[in-house]
Amino acid sequence: MADTALNPSPPPVLPNGASNGAPPPVADDVPVIRLEAKSGWQVIDWKELVAYRDLFRFLVQRDVTVLYKQTVLGYAWAIIRPLVQMVIFTVIFGNMAEVSSDGVPYAIFNYVALVPWTYFSGSLTASTASLVTNMAMLTKVYFPRLVIPMSSVLAKLVDFAIAFVIVFGLMAYYGVAPTWNVVFLPVLILLMIMTAAAAGLWLSALTIQYRDVKHASQFMVQILMYAAPVVWPASLILERFGETAYLVYGIYPLAGIIEGFRAALLGTRAMPWDLIGIGAVSAMFLFVTGALYFKRMERRFADVA
Amino acid sequence: MSEIAIDVQNLSKRYRIGLAEEQHDTLSSAVVAWIRSPLDNFRNLKKLSHFKDDEGLDVMYALRDVSFQVKQGEVLGVIGRNGAGKSTLLKILSRITDPTSGHVEIRGRVSSLLEVGTGFHPELTGRENVYLNGTILGMTKAEVDRKFDEIVAFSEVEKFIDTPVKRYSSGMRVRLAFAVAAHLDPEILLVDEVLAVGDLAFQRKCLGKMDDVAKTGRTVLFVSHNMAMVAQLCQTGLVLEGGRVQMRGEAGEAINAYVQNVLEQPASAEDWGHKDLYVDSFQILNGTDTLDTTSPTRVRFRIHVRRQFWQMVASFTLSNAEQTTVVREFIRAPDDYPELLEPGVHEIELELPPLWLTFGQYVGSIKVAGHGIGEKERFETDPLFFSAKGGTTNRTGKGALPVLTPSCDWTIQPVAETHNA
Repeated sequence: MADTALNPSPPPVLPNGASNGAPPPVADDVPVIRLEAKSGWQVIDWKELVAYRDLFRFLVQRDVTVLYKQTVLGYAWAIIRPLVQMVIFTVIFGNMAEVSSDGVPYAIFNYVALVPWTYFSGSLTASTASLVTNMAMLTKVYFPRLVIPMSSVLAKLVDFAIAFVIVFGLMAYYGVAPTWNVVFLPVLILLMIMTAAAAGLWLSALTIQYRDVKHASQFMVQILMYAAPVVWPASLILERFGETAYLVYGIYPLAGIIEGFRAALLGTRAMPWDLIGIGAVSAMFLFVTGALYFKRMERRFADVA
Repeated sequence: MSEIAIDVQNLSKRYRIGLAEEQHDTLSSAVVAWIRSPLDNFRNLKKLSHFKDDEGLDVMYALRDVSFQVKQGEVLGVIGRNGAGKSTLLKILSRITDPTSGHVEIRGRVSSLLEVGTGFHPELTGRENVYLNGTILGMTKAEVDRKFDEIVAFSEVEKFIDTPVKRYSSGMRVRLAFAVAAHLDPEILLVDEVLAVGDLAFQRKCLGKMDDVAKTGRTVLFVSHNMAMVAQLCQTGLVLEGGRVQMRGEAGEAINAYVQNVLEQPASAEDWGHKDLYVDSFQILNGTDTLDTTSPTRVRFRIHVRRQFWQMVASFTLSNAEQTTVVREFIRAPDDYPELLEPGVHEIELELPPLWLTFGQYVGSIKVAGHGIGEKERFETDPLFFSAKGGTTNRTGKGALPVLTPSCDWTIQPVAETHNA
């Protein structure tokens, strides 16, 4: 295997060239970087990420600032997109197909799911493309490549927050009161970010070498949406296919997240901790493997892209 | 204390280059290939980053076994032709790509400038871009905060700092981008040929800034085609050729080696025996190695003419290291000699006035051509390399060196003010 790797030692924080058997320099604070071919899997270098936190921040800021430049409606788009989808789904699935909505009006049942879903699909699309759109940067200067897909994922939180405000408007309109489980929303949101980040890591790294991902992403997003309990309740699975199928379904992290949003905000059901728990484990697994795969591909970006 | 800032040992980098695709001459083979193409594509894409030990035709070494060291405070110019491996070396040192084998050890904080304005976004304002670009180049927000005013002042775009960069002229954009880069504060600076930006005045400013950086004892690795810049900025030089180190030494020697190697002309190694018109001796009379161009330069060459030629033309060309033609002089029939040149040996001497060339490496060559019976005959000599010096550069100021450094007389006189009521 003639794999090559960057030694991930961060330039500003490595003390005295302690790693890689580099002879320790006499001067105290001289960082030593050793660049060489390396094979195998690399772990994420958190210290380096911390050293580059300002870059992270400005990249997120850039993505947020640039998004609605030269639009008339500006941030209103963050509301319009899920709202229009909600109307379409309510007409088709709520009124015509009469899909069950766990006892609350279909519109709000659907919108509460569309808010995290829109975040997830938006982050997925943006982070998948992120390395390719920022190629010019990647081939000209070194920084931890991880910040690129991660900043796309974080930038979408602004849209998420704006769209989320409408949830309360709809709840007031339909007279639905939130439950005490609302306190668990931050946990669900964290899980949602992690899932989006995991998908972003996998897909952005794959896109660098295989541009097929870009072409597949459109219907992939569609499949993922119908697979998630966005237009239908997860209770359907429990009724039709039984307990085991329901728990297996929980492997898809969005199942627990979306059902959790509904439980916390609309009280359609008890908090689905089983789905959330299974989803959290699988999201964590996806995230760690995604990070490993990303680090493995990272060193080839400049050559392959 | 440790003296070596950059230690490069046996560095190699290989790439896979695309090979021409198979051609299909029957419909069926084309169809089969088309059906199989996803599999082939997958293999090819995978191969981009995997190398087996057997080296196929499409594996190319951009760098091969390169070793050198750069001392702390040294300003090293890396020169070489296109494809010699300069950019690859710089990319490895800047951690953009990894070596295939060998290793590099770098002591100190590194900043690399492979281009100016990396990550500039047209929709963002100048201010936002300064922060974004600064952090991309490795500064922290606090550092950019501290240097912000200085950066803006240097860039000369104060008035537009809150305007989106897309409304900037390209010159303004480049100035702002360079200003950020110029305020990096690393111990080791890796610079690609990014200095040739902006208008002349700004270029001078940039070079001045580079000079300052070099003088503060920082280690600089400067990759350039511009020999005058290398000569001015660097103490030492490294010449790459075909992915290997060709020479490492003083900047002047390195430039000389590079110039010879660039201007080598294999075409002139033709067999003279078949030529009816050729030059067999070519020399510059005053000074063989170093030419003093404050006095006239005399060039002498000898033409062998084996049959009758009409309208013979002979020219002397002098170029500098940047391959700019400084002088090209013709002699031609019938102004300078008879239109019909009889067979025999002719010695031609050309006297040039004092040229006042800026010190540096130059190359001279002679071309002759004439109409014989049948066809035109041409001959070009091997280039002659020499260094030349003219006046001093004490008064040329900062910035790229001028081509000529004549000794000029300045006078200053008080002028009685005339009062026009």
